[in-house]
Amino acid sequence: MDIVQDQTAAATVPGASTPAPAGEPAARVVTRDVSVFYGQKQALFDVSIDIPDRSVTSFIGPSGCGKSTFLRCINRMNDTIDGCRVSGIVELDGEDINRPDLDVVELRARVGMVFQKPNPFPKSIYQNVAYGPRIHGMTRNKAELDEIVVTSLKRAGLFEEVKDRLDQPGTGLSGGQQQRLCIARAIATRPEVLLMDEPCSALDPIATAIIEELIDELRENFTIVIVTHSMQQAARVSQKTAFFHLGKLIETGDTEQIFTNPRHEKTQDYITGRFG
Amino acid sequence: MNALLIAALLLVLLSVSYQMGWSRSRKLADTTGERLHSRPVYHGAFVAIWAILPALLVLGIWAIFSKSASEAYILSQLPPEVSTGPQGEMVGAIERVKSIANGFGVVGEADPTESAAASAYSQFRTLTTLVVIAVSAGLGVLGLFWAHSRVAHRFRARNSVETAVRIALIACSGIAILTTLGIALSLIADAVQFFSFVNPLDFFFGTVWNPRFQSTGADAVGQYGLLPLLWGTIMVSGIAMLVAIPVGLMSAIYLSQYADYRVRNVVKPIIEVLAGIPTIVYGFFALVTVGPFLTGIGNVFGLDIRATSALTAGIVMGIMIIPFISSLSEDILHQVPRAMRDGSLGLGATKSETIINVLVPAALPGIVGAVLLAVSRAIGETMIVVLAAGNSPVLRLNPAEPVSTVTVTIVNQLTGDADFTSPQSLVAFALGLTLFAMTLVLNVVALYIVRRFREQYE
Ligand SMILES: Nc1ncnc2c1ncn2[C@@H]1O[C@H](COP(=O)(O)OP(=O)(O)OP(=O)(O)O)[C@@H](O)[C@H]1O
Ligand SMILES: [Mg+2]
Repeated sequence: MDIVQDQTAAATVPGASTPAPAGEPAARVVTRDVSVFYGQKQALFDVSIDIPDRSVTSFIGPSGCGKSTFLRCINRMNDTIDGCRVSGIVELDGEDINRPDLDVVELRARVGMVFQKPNPFPKSIYQNVAYGPRIHGMTRNKAELDEIVVTSLKRAGLFEEVKDRLDQPGTGLSGGQQQRLCIARAIATRPEVLLMDEPCSALDPIATAIIEELIDELRENFTIVIVTHSMQQAARVSQKTAFFHLGKLIETGDTEQIFTNPRHEKTQDYITGRFG
Repeated sequence: MNALLIAALLLVLLSVSYQMGWSRSRKLADTTGERLHSRPVYHGAFVAIWAILPALLVLGIWAIFSKSASEAYILSQLPPEVSTGPQGEMVGAIERVKSIANGFGVVGEADPTESAAASAYSQFRTLTTLVVIAVSAGLGVLGLFWAHSRVAHRFRARNSVETAVRIALIACSGIAILTTLGIALSLIADAVQFFSFVNPLDFFFGTVWNPRFQSTGADAVGQYGLLPLLWGTIMVSGIAMLVAIPVGLMSAIYLSQYADYRVRNVVKPIIEVLAGIPTIVYGFFALVTVGPFLTGIGNVFGLDIRATSALTAGIVMGIMIIPFISSLSEDILHQVPRAMRDGSLGLGATKSETIINVLVPAALPGIVGAVLLAVSRAIGETMIVVLAAGNSPVLRLNPAEPVSTVTVTIVNQLTGDADFTSPQSLVAFALGLTLFAMTLVLNVVALYIVRRFREQYE
């Protein structure tokens, strides 16, 4: 793993502050004809998409259309679901992640995930955030770990609220706080690709703004995929947008183009709120 | 016959009263069109409760007092010299009268006074039964009408029914508590009697167990040092837990996290079969197979392991206990939300890291409970130890030597022909009390562990 680059220093890396690169950025994650079956039921149909590096891609679409399912294909979390079968090709940096000799543990360390439902561990707030760095041996001493925990919490906009009770259980936080705790937990491992499944669904506008700022900041070094039900959010944070409908990828393109001039009628209907 | 009749009457009362309450509230709602505070089912239940409770109360009181009442009546029908005579004869006479009245007949010729008393008693019994049923039914009907008259729009039948349900639930858990208390009290009563023979200090801190039976020397009280037995119990259960906890926990983890569900559906019942094998079978398995095997192994390493020893009994007991731990822990591990597991896997943790850091801590209260159940089982286990531990109540530290345990000693002390007034048999109650206290303390400790853990992790 070569993700040791310091996050705090990241903001000052020269050239990194340029917004969406002018040309087409290199594709980080490439999928071809990905289909997913839950038992007999097919949930995704031949999804092919290129997810560019150092930018934010948002997945939009009505509930149950397969956004979370597709997201889970990228870090192979579908493996953990009994009876779930994935076909097609998913490549990360040109490497097929479904090949049998791939180490999923390493893959998931590189491709982090914020789940749709907040799922803090029944441990203290501190332990929740320190969990990833600890199992990956990212720190040499307590001070470094403290540093990671505090910066992660700060970047997720949670630190001020919990700084006096880092030793309290993470499960005792409110829904929105738990959501931010899970975001802090995910970024503490410094993944190269971050998959965020509706990370702001339980957040107020201020907390949402903080998370969007964080996403914007992370984009300078990492690849981000965000699932959202908020068109405004997709328009605000992402450079690319993909629209899913009934398990099919209907349309994908630059966010601006999708929202101003969608090619597909269904996309048009969805973003203008004619169906949901 | 009577019981059946009464049950039928109660059922009729129950359904009639429920129906009455239900339909009356229904009608109220229909005619006025106003909304009821409680749904008709609650009004029905309310009326039914008030009809059935007084009836049951009367029957219950009669059930408690009927025996002494009928005995007093029989006594009054017998000639006065019987009631002034010795206790044994009086009880005998009453029993004879009852048998005649029940039509069972008696040994020898029935005395005319007895026959007369029996027929009088028969009548008395019929009469009182009728009266009791009438009173109970009458009160039931009274209750019914009272409750029925209260049915109204704003009447809060739902709240009353909820209260009644709560009281019923409290009463049920009260039964469990009262039983425990009753057992403890009866143990204490007999143990106190034992301590009038033997100084409690000698009992609890004595290191020699030698309860000379009266046949060997009438004056000897014997020595009742608890420590050798207690140590035996602790050693055997400790060895059992050393076997059962790791094996049980690991198989639980394997079954819940690694095994295919098909494997799980086959393996789990097979492990559970272990719990169903009678302990006496484990006992001779230990005696015939495990003991000699251990001796053989000991010989290879130049160790002297006795065939019947704490080690033999402990190992076999551990095997017996495995399913208690594995089965319960497996259920509990299975119930840890999968979102928690996914959260850990999603951060790049391996399966075993996830199990150690997330699943086991989340399931710990349940696992502690399972282990505790197993420990209690081990402490109370008797048959395996009788056969395989060597029954030698001597304080020894070496687990390869024979020992005896508290349970085995209780069996030994009570299976003689000693009566229940000698210290030799009364000591069994003191030992039982000790076991009781031990499991109680264990439970308290486990509760404490669970609570402390909860504070940290919930
Ligand atoms: N574990 C599962 N087992 C069976 N079917 C599933 C499972 N998870 C998802 N599905 C099905 O797959 C389809 C896509 O689900 P998915 O969770 O990917 O939708 P989504 O787009 O994320 O929806 P939402 O916006 O509501 O989160 C749905 O029809 C759903 O019922
Ligand atoms: Mg979803």
